[in-house]
Amino acid sequence: MTATAEEGLVGRGNREGARLFKEWFAELTRAAEEGRGAAYVFVMGSLAELLRTFDLPVVFPEINSLQTAVRHQAHEYLNEAEDYGYSPDICGYVKADVATQLRGGQLPMGRIPKPAIAVYTNACNTYIKWAEIWERMYGCPTVTLDVPGSRAAGLRPGPGDPDFEHDRRYVLAQLHELIPVLEDVTDRRFDEDRLRETLAHANTMSRGWKRVLDLNRSRPALFNALTDGTIYLGVSNCLRGTPEGARYFDELVEEMEHKSASGIGTLTDERYRLLFVGVPCYPIFRRFAELFTEWGGAFVGSTYLWFASGGAHSAHQYDLDRPLESLAEGLLLGVRDAMDSMFFQTDALLQMFDQYQADGIVYHPIKSCRTVSTGLADSRRDLMSRADVPSLFIESDMMDRRVVSEAQLKNRIDAFFEGLASRRAGSAMTSA
Amino acid sequence: MAYAAGVDVGSTQTKAVVVDEAGLIVARCLTETGANVTRAADAAFTEALASGGLREEEVEYVIGTGYGRYNVTFGNAQVTEISCHGRGAVRMFPDTRTVVDMGGQDTKAIRVSPSGEIIDFCMNDKCAAGTGRFLGAASSALDIPLDRLGPTALEGQRPVKISTTCTVFAESEILSWLGKGKKIEDILLGVHQSIAARAAGLLRRVGVEEQVTFTGGVAKNSAMIRTLGDRLGVRLNVSDESHYMGAFGAALFALDHVLTSRLPAAARGGRS
Repeated sequence: MTATAEEGLVGRGNREGARLFKEWFAELTRAAEEGRGAAYVFVMGSLAELLRTFDLPVVFPEINSLQTAVRHQAHEYLNEAEDYGYSPDICGYVKADVATQLRGGQLPMGRIPKPAIAVYTNACNTYIKWAEIWERMYGCPTVTLDVPGSRAAGLRPGPGDPDFEHDRRYVLAQLHELIPVLEDVTDRRFDEDRLRETLAHANTMSRGWKRVLDLNRSRPALFNALTDGTIYLGVSNCLRGTPEGARYFDELVEEMEHKSASGIGTLTDERYRLLFVGVPCYPIFRRFAELFTEWGGAFVGSTYLWFASGGAHSAHQYDLDRPLESLAEGLLLGVRDAMDSMFFQTDALLQMFDQYQADGIVYHPIKSCRTVSTGLADSRRDLMSRADVPSLFIESDMMDRRVVSEAQLKNRIDAFFEGLASRRAGSAMTSA
Repeated sequence: MAYAAGVDVGSTQTKAVVVDEAGLIVARCLTETGANVTRAADAAFTEALASGGLREEEVEYVIGTGYGRYNVTFGNAQVTEISCHGRGAVRMFPDTRTVVDMGGQDTKAIRVSPSGEIIDFCMNDKCAAGTGRFLGAASSALDIPLDRLGPTALEGQRPVKISTTCTVFAESEILSWLGKGKKIEDILLGVHQSIAARAAGLLRRVGVEEQVTFTGGVAKNSAMIRTLGDRLGVRLNVSDESHYMGAFGAALFALDHVLTSRLPAAARGGRS
């Protein structure tokens, strides 16, 4: 490969990701200006594959909200929602969206259309209350898909198991109920062949996503799971089921395979390999990552890239011969995995710790989100009781800079690395 | 004889300690941090040198610690106070497995290995309840000097229940107990018990393993030693140098550097 070709390849995923995101938002802005309604969805179980067959623009309010934080404007949105009557304790994503709606859909990235319909699952109970706000504001239909979890008594039934098949039929029946609502909202007939096309693109994207995550076992790590990984995740969600999304992940795999073969890491001096558990600290997104990279710490993996990808990380492949049934199965597996993975997290983390040759795990519970934060203290305690794995527990928020204290975070992070260094020095002395 | 020093720039006070090659404290100084953090660090170090009759050039390595550790402009390196308190406590009391450091705005629970390695730690978040600042609020509300709070509280027989977890509201709650005619010593004992409960919560998050060593400025408070020990059901190690433990730990890390740098390169193992 020539030097110029290599130059174009390395970092392409980040550049293309930013370009696609910008284009996607420009399209949303066009839809808003033309007065077209959108489907409002969430990252855990978006059903974008189905919604795109009705030519509905797909709006991800969670992504819009986090973008206000990354762009250091979240506080203005949060203040507006709180002035409107929302408590400081309510999810920051919800409040930023409420303020966005009060501003006529205006966001730093552009403008979003109003909802023609909201489609979501019970993966997070706030989803349901959030959609009720749109229903009250706009009178749009809201459809809750009830996706059964399966964590009872540690069971995790898969395809072929009677419990699983029963659950799949239950989810499929709900999809059959959803389709006429979509037909009514869009005045279009459901087209199964178009669904096959979007599912095929989603298959390519999921395969690529898993391959990219697996490739980060390379030493040095090829990408920072906290920063770069979030860009890839954005494409995975926003362009799910599109040819652009499929091409993006094919190219991303190419980039990562090249970096792996050439030994090109995200850090020039990787000293510690870390796993991240939780949601990123978006108000100081870059700085938060720097607090680790300054010590040579690279995030090689993150649970965020699992649960916030709606299950894409598992590379589930839709069966195009039975598209709706397979979509129901994918939704069940993806959403259930997002919910259940929090209850089987220790197993997954310990496995990942070994596979990625990690040095430590960073838990980051956030004030705004009880769904992903509530069990983290227990999860960590469980992990520490089962293995001698260094871990750090730091708290902040994904939206609200009032509860993000950089000085306090830095102090804890520095102490964590001092511990890792001392541990490494100790084991070097023991083995000498 | 070579010396090494640690300077602990805390939110309220700045401490400097100089140790000799054996790791024994030969000089120390404590000063108020005030608004100029850099000047406070410089003053503490200069006065510590003077107290030990030492010249600056005799000190081969200096480590800054505490929130103002990057303001120790003459320092050679920085180490967090979490590591420093752990290191200092294990040196003073070698059987230490848990350290509780209570300072002006921070309370830290630290679990250490026999070699002084930090296994886990936990600190108060976002709020100064359960720290020295809570005692400062009580001192101000009751108009009693800080160094009299402990002895006065120990005279209490029927402690009141302080329910607020907010340092700012603590003052008004204390005044309301005064208004109800409660004795000052009972109010103060209640204040100490409230802080002890918060600190014990932090300690339980990292796991309390004996021996427990109490460090930081608040470790000079006799009522805090007793209420925290009672709450945990253990006897706490407290050193006369507890207030200086962070600076002492930093000085020990600095001494490591001095002694390691004297070894031949091969023996240093090439690891910085």
